[in-house]
Amino acid sequence: MTRALAGGGLAAAFVVALTLGPLVVVALWAEAGSGLGAGDWAAIRFTLWQALLSALFSVALAIPVARALARRTFPGRGLLVLLLGAPFIVPVIVAVLGLLAVFGRTGLVSQTLGALGMDPLSIYGLHGVVLAHVFFNLPLATRLILQGWLAIPSERFRLAATLGMGPVDVFRQLEWPMLRAVVPGVAMLIFLICTTSFAVALTLGGGPRATTIELAIYQAFLFEFDLGKAAVLATIQFAVTGAAAALAAWVAVPAVMGAGLDRPVQRWDAARGAARAIDAAWIGLAALFLLVPLSMIVLRGVPQLAGLPPQVFEAAGRSVVVAVLSACLVLVLALPLASAAQALRGARPMAATVVESVGYLSIAASPLVIGTGLFIVLFPIANPATLALPITIAVNAAMSLPFALRAILPELGAVEAQYGRTADALGMRGWARLRWLILPRLRRPLGFAAGLAAALSMGDLGVIALFANSENATLPLQLYQLMAAYRTNDAAGAALLLLGLSLVLFWAIDRGGRVNAAV
Amino acid sequence: MRKHPIIAAGLLAATPALADLPVLTVYTYDSFTSDWGPGPAVEAAFEETCGCDLQFVGAGDGAALLARVRLEGARTEADIVLGLDTNLTAAAAETGLFTAHGQDASGLDLPVAWEDETFLPFDWGYFAFVHDKEALPTPPTSLRALADSDVSILIQDPRSSTPGLGLLMWVQAAYGDEAGEIWAGLSDNIVTVTKGWSEAYGLFLEGEADMVLSYTTSPAYHLIAEEDPSKAAAPFEEGHYMQIEVAGKLAGTDQPELADQFMAFMISEAFQSVIPTTNWMYPAVIPEGGLPEGFDTLIQPETALVIPAEDAPAVRDAALETWLGALSQ
Repeated sequence: MTRALAGGGLAAAFVVALTLGPLVVVALWAEAGSGLGAGDWAAIRFTLWQALLSALFSVALAIPVARALARRTFPGRGLLVLLLGAPFIVPVIVAVLGLLAVFGRTGLVSQTLGALGMDPLSIYGLHGVVLAHVFFNLPLATRLILQGWLAIPSERFRLAATLGMGPVDVFRQLEWPMLRAVVPGVAMLIFLICTTSFAVALTLGGGPRATTIELAIYQAFLFEFDLGKAAVLATIQFAVTGAAAALAAWVAVPAVMGAGLDRPVQRWDAARGAARAIDAAWIGLAALFLLVPLSMIVLRGVPQLAGLPPQVFEAAGRSVVVAVLSACLVLVLALPLASAAQALRGARPMAATVVESVGYLSIAASPLVIGTGLFIVLFPIANPATLALPITIAVNAAMSLPFALRAILPELGAVEAQYGRTADALGMRGWARLRWLILPRLRRPLGFAAGLAAALSMGDLGVIALFANSENATLPLQLYQLMAAYRTNDAAGAALLLLGLSLVLFWAIDRGGRVNAAV
Repeated sequence: MRKHPIIAAGLLAATPALADLPVLTVYTYDSFTSDWGPGPAVEAAFEETCGCDLQFVGAGDGAALLARVRLEGARTEADIVLGLDTNLTAAAAETGLFTAHGQDASGLDLPVAWEDETFLPFDWGYFAFVHDKEALPTPPTSLRALADSDVSILIQDPRSSTPGLGLLMWVQAAYGDEAGEIWAGLSDNIVTVTKGWSEAYGLFLEGEADMVLSYTTSPAYHLIAEEDPSKAAAPFEEGHYMQIEVAGKLAGTDQPELADQFMAFMISEAFQSVIPTTNWMYPAVIPEGGLPEGFDTLIQPETALVIPAEDAPAVRDAALETWLGALSQ
């Protein structure tokens, strides 16, 4: 217990230093900033509103898709699940261009409408912002909820079938408790991701009405050079995170499923024709929505791949190294944090929530404020450019931590509930418990978390833009520089390379963690 | 020297110092120092003659560049800052970090006279709306005509983008108190407002709008690099707002002679001849062989608009208010 707390404390300290630390530095460095204007308040309102809508739609659509994936097996299912995760990990501008190829003025949908004599679609506005956020986050929500479904032991469904339970009873007895436990956290996560949205909201929002807090920070910092105001806005972003995390913790009810024998799930309740058709429809629609825009990225990129300049491949190599190291670091941070939260949960639930919330801080952190704060601290000590890659690794790991925690915490809770007492009775503590109980039981979420961290790190522009030179540019940065130099064809090739590498990394790491072929 | 063969080494080590050569550090914006910008060629040319190691440090865009210098203050390692424009020079001069450029600016080929003694131009361009000649054969002929038309446009946010700010100043310079009216007229033409130039230009190439805010020199890229003559910039009757990109020498530089040498080099043939086909802007001094073939096809605005650097900050803040007011309706 004490060792778990010490490890968790260290990890928490690291995350706080990386997220709140820079904010404090910026605030101290700043002269008294001007107050918030009407525009800033409008930005805060818009940010919360679009994030709320995006989270609700993402989760509402993810539940039927995850359920369909959980109770069906079909050839290519594994590949489909892998590909469905792709939108989450590509850089914003790449995904936006992919979306526009489908939903834009000259996109597939508008062309079809035009052929039928109807007006083209307009994607710009709040609906466009929400559409793009659902595109980004539906895969994440689906994966996390799917994990929840797969955590229900197959014996439960067998028992339900033996008892002659129909779909309604199965839902009420088995699936609803799991959703109560998993969905609030997932919704909160997506809400938070969307609160820091900047480029998507602006590009698809259609104008300054779609100003988010992150853009207001940008304006305060770069346009007005009012660091005080930037710090105030960043603090508001953290306050929103804290409130959302507290709300989600309050709504969620941990589910105790009992132990299982890891047999593959068979669903007798869903064998009938209607259920099959509904599941097929949900899987088909989700696949269309997520994969067609990605196919457009692939189609545009393939002809350009062969002609890519060598610097792009060098940047790709750097990005892979950064991604793998970030993935390792995120596990080193997530396991102790999750263990500490778990250890505290019974005796001191408030403390557990605080520890857990620390893990979510990074999601609310403005990359611009983190970068600036770190810069102010590091500049007197060292040349920032030489630290670009280590900083990127650390910040990317911190940024992926919320997803890792989301994946690990529920299953760690389940493991402790099922095997904790036996392990205690056997005197398994510390390393032995980790080695023989926790790690084997958590292989699936750990693999998923590390894979996701690697892929996210691959695609993230994050803070590197503030530190990097062309000598240590990562692939996303190189992609932006190609676009800035009019080289849209090379950029399309680089985008495909990035997409491919992210998926391969995710697949390789995630696969290492899979107990069976269920996901 | 610039590229490490081993990736892991790049993670740990700084670029090893060239054998005791003095280092001249130039802060600039990312796209200048990127592999596709003027940086590599400029570095090679200067290092041939200077007996020094020229190191470019990229810092986002022009606005981020100024923010970085402000953050670093007098402790900055920069000897030269290259890539500010006239919308930023007043704020930059106010920091007191810069000293006189000390060069003879009389040989510059700018459409306007240059009198600033602190900052020295290295290139310039006109903002313009770019269109596809086939898709839009008869573009509007003025800002007002554009506002009255139903031609769709993509612009950048002035709060995060240099061209976005340029358009704000353009409308302000052309219409003054009537700027709000023009923006109100433009609001239904604007498809969307992007974070930066790359996003807007990318969307335009995808066919999301009829026109995009860019530069009169943008069609030259498509013509020269892609042999694609389909793009053109529309000449506007009010005149076109200029972006003049400048460099300044830091007062606290530890390499004052090298810095002077670089400023002189910056307006010399070797630097200036690189600019047109890497930065896709007009060089501040026309190279001896003239501009590259293809630049002669570009439109030549009759009136060059520019708000004096010292007035820019106040005009900018008022213009942003107008813009936000007109587009948030």
